[in-house]
Amino acid sequence: MNRTTIDLWVGIFVTLGALALVFLALKVGNLSGGQIRSPYSLTANFDNIGGLKARAPVKSAGVVVGRIQEIHLDKQHYQAVVTIQMDGRYTFPKDTFATINTSGLLGEQYIGLEPGGDPDDLKPGDVIKKTQSAVVLEKLISQFMFSKAAEGPATK
Amino acid sequence: MFRLVGARTINTQWRLGVMARFFGLLLWHSGSSFRRLRLTLREIYFSGVLSLTIILISGLFVGMVLGLQGYETLQRYGSEEVLGTLVALSLVRELGPVLAGLLFASRAGSAVTAEIGLMKATEQLAAMDMMAVDPVARVVAPRFWGGVISMPILALLFSAMGVFGGYLVGVVMIGIDSGSFWSQMQASVDFRNDIVNGVIKSVVFGVAVSLVAVFEGFDTDGTAEGVSRATTRTVVTSSLAILGLDFILTSFMFRG
Amino acid sequence: MSSLVSLRDVRFSYGNRDVLHGVTLNVPRGKLVAIMGGSGCGKTTLMRLIGGQLRPRAGQLTVCGAEVPSLDREGLYDLRRRMSMLFQFGALFTDLSVFDNVAFPMREHTNMPEPIIRDLVLMKLHAVGLRGAENLLPSELSGGMARRVALARAIALDPELMMYDEPFAGLDPISLGVIGQLIRKLNDALGASSIVVTHDVQESLQIVDYVYFLSDGKVVAEGTPDEIRTSEDPWVHQFVWGEADGPVPFRYPAVPYEEALLGVQRA
Ligand SMILES: Nc1ncnc2c1ncn2[C@@H]1O[C@H](COP(=O)(O)OP(=O)(O)OP(=O)(O)O)[C@@H](O)[C@H]1O
Ligand SMILES: [Mg+2]
Repeated sequence: MNRTTIDLWVGIFVTLGALALVFLALKVGNLSGGQIRSPYSLTANFDNIGGLKARAPVKSAGVVVGRIQEIHLDKQHYQAVVTIQMDGRYTFPKDTFATINTSGLLGEQYIGLEPGGDPDDLKPGDVIKKTQSAVVLEKLISQFMFSKAAEGPATK
Repeated sequence: MFRLVGARTINTQWRLGVMARFFGLLLWHSGSSFRRLRLTLREIYFSGVLSLTIILISGLFVGMVLGLQGYETLQRYGSEEVLGTLVALSLVRELGPVLAGLLFASRAGSAVTAEIGLMKATEQLAAMDMMAVDPVARVVAPRFWGGVISMPILALLFSAMGVFGGYLVGVVMIGIDSGSFWSQMQASVDFRNDIVNGVIKSVVFGVAVSLVAVFEGFDTDGTAEGVSRATTRTVVTSSLAILGLDFILTSFMFRG
Repeated sequence: MSSLVSLRDVRFSYGNRDVLHGVTLNVPRGKLVAIMGGSGCGKTTLMRLIGGQLRPRAGQLTVCGAEVPSLDREGLYDLRRRMSMLFQFGALFTDLSVFDNVAFPMREHTNMPEPIIRDLVLMKLHAVGLRGAENLLPSELSGGMARRVALARAIALDPELMMYDEPFAGLDPISLGVIGQLIRKLNDALGASSIVVTHDVQESLQIVDYVYFLSDGKVVAEGTPDEIRTSEDPWVHQFVWGEADGPVPFRYPAVPYEEALLGVQRA
């Protein structure tokens, strides 16, 4: 194996590595779809965001229309304040309804937007007023159990 | 018995100290491996290119197994479409760097140890030293950097191959919808949090394995038995180092 | 300043095993000095001391006017560029071809262009009779050939001080004669000084200027070849004529043989 063949192989090797990185970044990761054009931000307050995380998608009718930029706790009302980066191509009416959904039973959580009928649109920096918190599975189950327990003796 | 454990602990501490000093010396003499890139390229060839086959094949099979097992489990909950996410996340975050690191330790790390150990046993290092050529700069540093550069590339290839293997099983064999396979994956694999962190891991593993390999080689007593013991120690020590470091890094990186 | 290398009362031990207890010897400039002595008496150790790979426990050791044990790394490397050593087992770089092995010191220490290096390497290989073997790998050489390639590599940069650790071992009588003459010629042509460790008494007596006999970590006899040949010293006589019985200990120090054998029964 002389020197030039070694150089050639190392070149191929490094190129393969670069290709793998590009593949992982664009095809596997969200570097390609993650870039939002001319974004504007909105905020929404939730009582409980469950397992929602920064960079989770914001969808309307299943189409990704933005991403969660940042989440923090409002110290006065003890509510979660979620800052959303919206795609500049999409605008939503003022009375849009924001819910926290889960894709599939075990999938990740995202914010779903359901547009209302208000003629005015949300402007950059606006707050989405109508929100519904995440469905916390444990709560749901315990509620179900309590109600069963409560109605149990009555039916008997 | 206790005394044995105590002696072992002290011995380990002592070796760690020696290794740290060796690492300092190595960094100090690393200039030449970049000034004379040829030497390092040669080592990338020996530790990187020659490990390609085993890395690519293992990556493919690990991905395929992940696809099968993941599907088995996920279909019970009716979430087959997150198979892509499962395969990609486990590969990019953990299995890619860790398994590629373990394979690299046993394929390339042991070879480097044996080579340096034999050079020591046959007085090649002493001869070099007598010619006023520093063996650390000429022999050790290029091998170290060759390993450090090869390791992340191999881990990336392993992960990419694994994702492809998962695709083969999930989409081509089982028939999950290709669109949802990829889009679910893209929705939850984050470039900075997952892919970059995985690359950082593999760089750290590359440093650990290469350091252990060159150190054990340089530290042999120069007999056939010593070389074989050093080779074994390279594989054992660097595998343990990979797993330990992986735990530490994971707890820092993915705590959120 | 007539001696290039001078040792005064040098002592050395590996751990607590004393190897040299008080060696005094001189290598004058331009001379070829032989060191002889039984196997394991510390000849290789002596060379490593001169090369600065080992440090003496006591005594003075100067090479080219520099106190070797007190040199720092830079100083040592500067000194080593002016000397060269042929290792007992060749120590060729197994991953490089014969050509690259000989070219190694030139490429490391000079900026000579490749065509000049090529000419020089072929010249050195020609001198040891192995010009045709330039493309072989060390694993494809016989023991004697490897020794000759190592010799070519050792003389690659025309050093001031040459140390040969058993250059004649494993050579047939013809190459032995040729290599002996080569060592002599190199020494004279370069005005260098040389130290030859050897067991080949007859051959070396023909080429060297001075001989030291080493035994039990000390110099036990010295002299010019003529003095040695006619010496009445029983020690020298035994060594030169290869007799089994005499003052030279053939065995590694041990408990008396009978005791070792009987000890097993007694235990
Ligand atoms: N690294 C070492 N550690 C401990 N003892 C050693 C070491 N190297 C050599 N010795 C001991 O030092 C003594 C001198 O060894 P040295 O290699 O100098 O002998 P030598 O004169 O060159 O012998 P030979 O003619 O067989 O080559 C030997 O008895 C050997 O046992
Ligand atoms: Mg010897």
